[in-house]
Amino acid sequence: MSTATDPNPKFQEYAHPERLVSTEWLAEHLDDPQVVVVESDEDVLLYETGHIPGAVKIDWHTDLNDPVTRDYVDGEGFAALLGGRGIGRDATVVIYGDKSNWWAAYALWVFTLFGHPDVRLLDGGRAKWIAEDRPITTDTLERSPVDYPVVERDDRGVRAFRDDVLGHFGSPLVDVRSPLEYSGERTTAPEYPEESALRAGHIPSAQNVPWAKAAADDGTFRSRTELESIYEAGAGLSADDDVIAYCRIGERSSHTWFVLTHLLGYPRVRNYDGSWTEWGSSVRVPIVKGEQPGDVPASLARV
Amino acid sequence: MTTDALPTSLTDIREEFLAVAVRDRLLLLLDFANDLPALPARYGEHPERLERVTECQAPVFVAAEVEDGRVRVFATAPAEAPTTRGFASVLVHGLDGLPVADALAVPDDYPQTLGLGDAVSPLRLRGMTGLLGRIKRQLRAAA
Repeated sequence: MSTATDPNPKFQEYAHPERLVSTEWLAEHLDDPQVVVVESDEDVLLYETGHIPGAVKIDWHTDLNDPVTRDYVDGEGFAALLGGRGIGRDATVVIYGDKSNWWAAYALWVFTLFGHPDVRLLDGGRAKWIAEDRPITTDTLERSPVDYPVVERDDRGVRAFRDDVLGHFGSPLVDVRSPLEYSGERTTAPEYPEESALRAGHIPSAQNVPWAKAAADDGTFRSRTELESIYEAGAGLSADDDVIAYCRIGERSSHTWFVLTHLLGYPRVRNYDGSWTEWGSSVRVPIVKGEQPGDVPASLARV
Repeated sequence: MTTDALPTSLTDIREEFLAVAVRDRLLLLLDFANDLPALPARYGEHPERLERVTECQAPVFVAAEVEDGRVRVFATAPAEAPTTRGFASVLVHGLDGLPVADALAVPDDYPQTLGLGDAVSPLRLRGMTGLLGRIKRQLRAAA
């Protein structure tokens, strides 16, 4: 039942090469009935301007978020979403998107909360596919709905909440936002709208490793050697660490979560999706401003 | 909100959106995106004369002018940002040619009344609110 992995030599260096496919591989598997292609973008209309033939759209905001509570959809909601898009539990799902797969990685992370077994990213995402003049269509293919089982969302493995972060001091925190957000000069990414965090800065002891460092100019992931130099030589992380990554709303840190988990093979990485919009608005949580990670308040230090 | 102050052009656009199902509102927004007028040369060749709208996630630039008491609005956004192009196009089509006072009287929550909250999400709609606010500010400065 399982779909063959992409034998691309670059991927074989990664811890979990089965989590990536190349544009070449996808082009050869577009007619594979086992493979479902999903586009997930920042811009909610980009799919409608043209997408990979046969791809279905899943939007991070209107599909994956609960419309009322600040949370993801529940097991029933996810089953209805995937079943309605014609995606079975045994499907090989290949997700791609704009902005170096920033939102695609977010969607993949949410799929992981529901334990979807075979979900992969298209290395290089939408931009690389288009740059290579591969086929794009505006025709929407309606896949027949299928039964997707109701699987309870499991937040324990890869998701961290605010209290988890408060209990995490002493273990590595990675802030993947831009340097100006980290230092506290602003609360949003450059060129992004203000999203209502009331304070600026970062979580004490967090290291700043902007997410985009993991992406090459063409949007593909950097090689394993380059990634090790960024996260291990550069930020002092190792596979033994219990790591929590965060950003502004958890989307950019999903990209870093993917890199640490699937490309470098760290077994204990969580994404704090509440991220700065929650931390920066919470009462009495510690915050550090400036370019240095800063110290954890003695009352919260665990070590 | 009050509807009295709303010019016919903007009322018509709103009715167009509200007349169709949520899913088709996205496609209507795409039609607007594809129909964003090109910049005249005085802006196309001098993008620095346009104001960056930082409330939008995508790079969008806007300029509002007053010509014989009437509003002229120019905007540009990349093809990779169709939602933002659509927002800009709705406002260009809705505001261009209006008497300045009518444009300034457009309620600031006009973007929230198009029925797009469920289609594009309220967060994304903030970009259009930012666009409208900047256009009105430029008009106040120019009037």
